Amino acid sequence: MSMYIGLFAYLILAPVAGCLLAGVDRKITAHMQGRVGPPILQPYYDVRKLLAKDKRSVNGLQTVYIALYLLFVAFAGAIFFAGGNFLLSVFVLTLSSLFLVVAGYSARSPYADAGAEREMIQVMSYEPMVLLVAIGFYLVHHTFNVGALARGSSSLVFQLPLVFVGFIYVLTIKLRKSPFDLSTSHHAHQELVKGVTTEMSGRTLACVEIAHWYESIMFLGWVALFVLTGSWISVVVAVIVCLVIYFLEILIDNNFARVKWQVMLSSAWALALVLGFVNLLIVYIR
Amino acid sequence: MEIVAVLVLFPLMAAGLLLVVTNDRARGIIVAVSAAVIAIGSIVLAAFHLGGQSVYSSFNSEAISVIALVVDVAMGVLIFVMGIRAKKYLACVLVAVQTPLVAWFELGPARSIDVTYGIYIDRLSVIMALIIGVIGSGICLYAVGYMRDYVAHHSDVPDRRPLFFAVMFVFLSAMFGVVFANNLLWLFCAWEVTTLCSFLLIGYSKTAEAVKNAFLQIVMNLAGGLAFAIAIVWIGHAQHTLELHKLVQLGLGGAAVGVPVLLLAIAGMVKAAQMPTHSWLLGAMVAPTPTSALLHSSTMVKAGVFLLIKLSPIMGVATFHGFNYVGTTVMLVGGLTFMLASMMAITQRNAKRVLAYSTVANLGLITACAGIGTAEAVWAGIFLIIFHAAAKSLLFLCVGTAEHHIGSRDIEDMDALFVRMPYLARFMALGIAGMFIAPFGMLISKWAALSAFIDSDNIVLVFLLVFGSAATFLFWAKWLGKVIAVSGPKTDLEGTVSLSEKVAIGLMVFITVLVSILFPFISSHVVVGYLREMFSRVSVAISTDNLYLMAVVVGLLVLVLAPALVTRRGTKRDLPVYMGGVGTPDGEASFYGPMGEVAAASQRNWYMEGWFGEARLGLVGVVTSSAVLTLGLIVVLATGGAIK
Repeated sequence: MSMYIGLFAYLILAPVAGCLLAGVDRKITAHMQGRVGPPILQPYYDVRKLLAKDKRSVNGLQTVYIALYLLFVAFAGAIFFAGGNFLLSVFVLTLSSLFLVVAGYSARSPYADAGAEREMIQVMSYEPMVLLVAIGFYLVHHTFNVGALARGSSSLVFQLPLVFVGFIYVLTIKLRKSPFDLSTSHHAHQELVKGVTTEMSGRTLACVEIAHWYESIMFLGWVALFVLTGSWISVVVAVIVCLVIYFLEILIDNNFARVKWQVMLSSAWALALVLGFVNLLIVYIR
Repeated sequence: MEIVAVLVLFPLMAAGLLLVVTNDRARGIIVAVSAAVIAIGSIVLAAFHLGGQSVYSSFNSEAISVIALVVDVAMGVLIFVMGIRAKKYLACVLVAVQTPLVAWFELGPARSIDVTYGIYIDRLSVIMALIIGVIGSGICLYAVGYMRDYVAHHSDVPDRRPLFFAVMFVFLSAMFGVVFANNLLWLFCAWEVTTLCSFLLIGYSKTAEAVKNAFLQIVMNLAGGLAFAIAIVWIGHAQHTLELHKLVQLGLGGAAVGVPVLLLAIAGMVKAAQMPTHSWLLGAMVAPTPTSALLHSSTMVKAGVFLLIKLSPIMGVATFHGFNYVGTTVMLVGGLTFMLASMMAITQRNAKRVLAYSTVANLGLITACAGIGTAEAVWAGIFLIIFHAAAKSLLFLCVGTAEHHIGSRDIEDMDALFVRMPYLARFMALGIAGMFIAPFGMLISKWAALSAFIDSDNIVLVFLLVFGSAATFLFWAKWLGKVIAVSGPKTDLEGTVSLSEKVAIGLMVFITVLVSILFPFISSHVVVGYLREMFSRVSVAISTDNLYLMAVVVGLLVLVLAPALVTRRGTKRDLPVYMGGVGTPDGEASFYGPMGEVAAASQRNWYMEGWFGEARLGLVGVVTSSAVLTLGLIVVLATGGAIK
């Protein structure tokens, strides 16, 4: 039963929560920059306007690719919140990223191509760490099942502190926050225009935005999984931890200039190798 | 059992016929009919044996042993003469050691050893027979149209098609020999025939490069063959048997078979192009594309991993001082090869070299699975063999046809293939997706491999796999991106693709999709059954629920993507792209330069030479894997080859 509650709650509520999160994000960011900022519901107004635009697209397939991107992001999250297999969720998420890359490439435009290429580098940068998170969970509780992991005897973060740090590092890449917003960004970057989404407009772009809301909530779900133990207190703590982590991401976003891809790739891999190896070895020896 | 004789002998007859027929039409008909007979033969075999227990036949003929000896000696003489003529003396030396050793052993000590079961059929050999019989003969069919174009394109290369097709069919025959022989001497003979066949196919064009790479192949594989021969002699002397299944039983029973098993594994790893001997498979790319397709998907390298999988129960058996040195050596070589080859694939622009590195990498993964030797790992290994055979042959055939129509095998030249060869590009995209992404079988097998690595506490392998897979995503996705790009109007080049190529590519598409759909069925009815016979404890990493979820993903993909693709939607550009306000209105990605002239914008992919360059990583791979192998050999020899 709880499986269906998680499933439908995610599919229906995640876009709402993701939208509000994006609105709050913009407000806080504005305050950090000494601006008033848009209303909290601005992301919703933006998407509503995009949905009302004419259907124009560089080619007939791009819309289909983006629809699949959205579909598989939601599917990956649904597997996660229904308490399914964590690795399966990760693989379906990779499939969704592939569709975003393909949609960018299909336009065959200089800016979209550059964005698609950088998006691939981003996937390559975070993938090892994300898999190591899954493997760490498995080594501690001997299951990839999210439902079982969320009801463990103690919080995973105590067994996997270094893995948690490494994960927060790549979370910045996944949330498309500066300094790792290489492929596309909410900020204006002249050399890239809008990167992978340059050639997208109207509904297609609205789909990308909604997919991002879904993604953000799923990633916060991953953060929460490090904390949850099945007791009510752990749920409260998990929510607080998620909010703190997200605030930290906003802080990072506003305080670091974008780096080159070389820095992103080498640092993400080095952290995955060092933090992952040391932490997993400790878990393994125990 | 008679069907085995048919499968081994029929291709030989076809080869004999093809050697004398010079008429192109007649050759096409003979190849098509023979390919159909072999495919049907292997399907009939599967129908009888796929669901059943292993069958060991007491068939043992003195005549076959004599023939095997004669073939061994004849091949030895042939290679020796060719080596002298080409001034490749290393090949001569290897042959001069190996052939007399085998001849002496067969005429002397081997005579006093009783062989109870000469041949066998089990579910793994049936799977292999299906791969050889259906995919292998499909490639032979493809070669008919391809070689016609090849001869037309390469006027400088003499037309030696009779020999080419004859060798292709001998190859199939030898592969059937490899997967059904229980007598190690017969297995060895078939093994060496595959080496010689690849040598002849790689050297087809007789250019300096082709000859050089053909000898690189044969030197490495003769060295592997020498290891095989020594292993046979060792087993004969120490254990007084010549049967493969008995060797496995002895190993499981705790006999000291570590040395011969490691030697056999080395022979297998050389054949499967594992580091430090991976370079022969890259060199093999000079051959006509059907050769590459055959070597990579259904023959040669698959013989290598087949032998490793056969030996895997010994490599996974409970250990000597906490380690199974043979298994550890094999899995480390496989893991290193997987990671480094995946990374080097990123730096390649030549489509065939990307495919070659990807093959080396996937064989590395299979090798690692065999080295672990638990039922869970072997399950993953067998599925990697199946899915790799299907998707890789599809990709090679697509690249071959694309090469003849766009005049290049450079991935950069495949830009917007979606517009120029709409159907071929879609099939190529399917092949690429089949190699690395959910919900296709390769990814699920990789997932199972990962689980098996964790469950067997091999944390180093986990890291090799995790970083290797990240590289895999990049090199496939960037190729896919080039192929699916939609540009302005281009000419459609698809009209001139020959019928035999179309049929063969269609067959590979069908097989790639079919095996992904039948995955849960193949697992529960065939592979798990085989594992139950080989292993005392059988567990499967991926639950049925998750296989069904994957099926849902397949359904979603088909539902959304297939209609859009079939209607040829997206083969034209509807709007001009953003060019910073200076684009030309013609729909091409071109712009007005500073002097008002029209300039074309061109985009190139990333190759990250400075990070993953072949020269550097290749050296790292050769050094580390050689060190692992040397250390493994020393330790196994020092411990007397005790398994327990």
